[in-house]
Amino acid sequence: MVNSPQEDGLVLNGLTKILGGRVIIDNLHLVVKKGEMVSLLGPSGCGKTTTLRMIAGFLIPDKGNIVLDGKDVTTIGPEKRPSAMVFQNYALWPHMTVFNNVAYPLKVRKLTKPDIEKRVHDALALVNLMHHKDSRPGQISGGEQQRVALARALVQEPDILLLDEPLSNLDAKLRVKVREDIRDLQRRLGITTVIVTHDQDEALSISDRIAVMNNGKIEQFSTPQELYDRPETEYVANFIGSLNHIQGGYENGQITPGTDVVGIRPEDVHFSKEELPGSYPATVELVVPRGHFCEVYLKRADIELRAFISSDVPRAGSTGFVKINKALIYKDGKLVKVA
Amino acid sequence: MAKQEKSRAKSSSPIVKFFLVLFMLAMAFFILGPLLWLAIHAFVTNWTYPNIYPDGWTWHWWTQVFADSALEHSIRNSLIISPIVVLLSMIICLPAAYAAGRMQYAGRKTFLIGMFAANSFPKIGLFASIATLYYALNLMGTIVGVIIIQLLGTIIYMTWIPAAAFASVPRNLEEAARDAGASKFRVFRTITLRLAMPGILVAIVMSFLASFDEAQGTYLVGAPSIYTMPTEMYALVENYPIQVAAVFSLLLALPSVLLIGLARKHIVGGQLAEGFQIK
Ligand SMILES: Nc1ncnc2c1ncn2[C@@H]1O[C@H](COP(=O)(O)OP(=O)(O)O)[C@@H](O)[C@H]1O
Ligand SMILES: [Mg+2]
Repeated sequence: MVNSPQEDGLVLNGLTKILGGRVIIDNLHLVVKKGEMVSLLGPSGCGKTTTLRMIAGFLIPDKGNIVLDGKDVTTIGPEKRPSAMVFQNYALWPHMTVFNNVAYPLKVRKLTKPDIEKRVHDALALVNLMHHKDSRPGQISGGEQQRVALARALVQEPDILLLDEPLSNLDAKLRVKVREDIRDLQRRLGITTVIVTHDQDEALSISDRIAVMNNGKIEQFSTPQELYDRPETEYVANFIGSLNHIQGGYENGQITPGTDVVGIRPEDVHFSKEELPGSYPATVELVVPRGHFCEVYLKRADIELRAFISSDVPRAGSTGFVKINKALIYKDGKLVKVA
Repeated sequence: MAKQEKSRAKSSSPIVKFFLVLFMLAMAFFILGPLLWLAIHAFVTNWTYPNIYPDGWTWHWWTQVFADSALEHSIRNSLIISPIVVLLSMIICLPAAYAAGRMQYAGRKTFLIGMFAANSFPKIGLFASIATLYYALNLMGTIVGVIIIQLLGTIIYMTWIPAAAFASVPRNLEEAARDAGASKFRVFRTITLRLAMPGILVAIVMSFLASFDEAQGTYLVGAPSIYTMPTEMYALVENYPIQVAAVFSLLLALPSVLLIGLARKHIVGGQLAEGFQIK
């Protein structure tokens, strides 16, 4: 990880940041490939924004360095760094029109007027906002403001795009659409992107890889699928998706007394009317409809489990057999076995 | 401003509306009433108590004011001194206001309360001690002396209002500009200063009026060699008929009315007001 091959877009090398006398970011390593979209995912206060601000140049790390496309940028100021950031509340300049907001970075770079005009138009067309180019930020909707902020970042043709919770100020429906738009744009432009979010759905649906953060450290950095299938720590397993969280051991599809932690995804709990190899009798305690699936509470001799079942949902009070398809076994918070 | 008032009144209960209207009428009576009285007196030959109508109309008082060289002199002094005072005040106070506006909340509060406390001592005591200093420095009866004494009265406006304006510029708007490639100075010029401008404009207007209307200190330091319009008023009231004083009062009110009209257009009109509607 320390020696960065040239194709790496962004390398964070042992970043440490102390703020207010507290270690906020603790020896953080991360390698983002060129053109890749990576999420920093974690609960509020875990250091996502701080990390992003170090990448953008607003904060200088106390230890470690930041390499962008093979160049050490650790101490380069934000105005000289080839990164562009979309702020959480967009940070559009209220006294400028949409056009001038997007043109600002180009005016600073002293481009010619026709050049600026063309590039701003292209950027606004990219985010479908040409019709609002003469509006002011206060006159357009939150979703549109978000797109202006994106256009203002993209017009700079940055080597890396940084997004700090870009969707958190949008309502739920818009959020899904905008995140797809962002993903689509990012793919089309092939731009290296780091996006900060505390929303696992968001991270899972738009990222190539996700870095799950906890207390200023990265707990696991892998693809969404890997993260889901093989969470390396108990913390990640709890943070991503749902989990039946049981203390004990695991043998032959059954829970045994013990001190380890067994994690079972509700999707991996199989219920059937007939007995199958490895299944054990169970009763259905409660059925809670959750839209396109049901959350079913099952009681077995050894254990109580939640299961997500989408077809042939049993009725409460009925009996059948439960088989555990997959269990994650953690010792001291670390994954030791997948059974 | 009127528009805002109206929409607020529309959304509130009849009682609130009633008191609002009452308040505005009272304000109008106490502010516009005397002004109207002055405006009429500036044009009448004579108008005394039992008579409902003035005795006659005339331009005489106006020609008298403009013919009197002492009066003309004081007008010229006022129009020279006040802009200089405002300019100096800006040069001295705005950097301090910016620094204060960028301080942590606690530091800013200390600074602003300090300024307020310094300004809340009775002026006349301050002026008396300044007079002693002035004699020592040979500033008595000089333009510089008058400028300094008027400057003191503007400091509170030129620090408080701009400090609040600078403080209210969201940091991330500046950061976004830095991120876009702008130097610190350019960020200050195109973002910070621009967004604080409504506050600074208000401060300029208030400071100008404070300087333009300042009489106590100016009289103490300037008389008898330097008279400004307000100090000349003292002489006028004693030596001329009331109608000349009325003409002079109108002249004295003119810059205020002009400035407030101008500032109002800039502050209420669209973009500057919008500047603060940041989500
Ligand atoms: N300037 C600062 N001084 C002191 N503590 C700070 C400062 N900035 C952030 N922190 C602290 O650092 C932690 C991480 O903050 P942040 O990176 O914003 O978290 P996140 O974006 O993951 O919610 C928080 O506990 C926050 O209180
Ligand atoms: Mg954050």
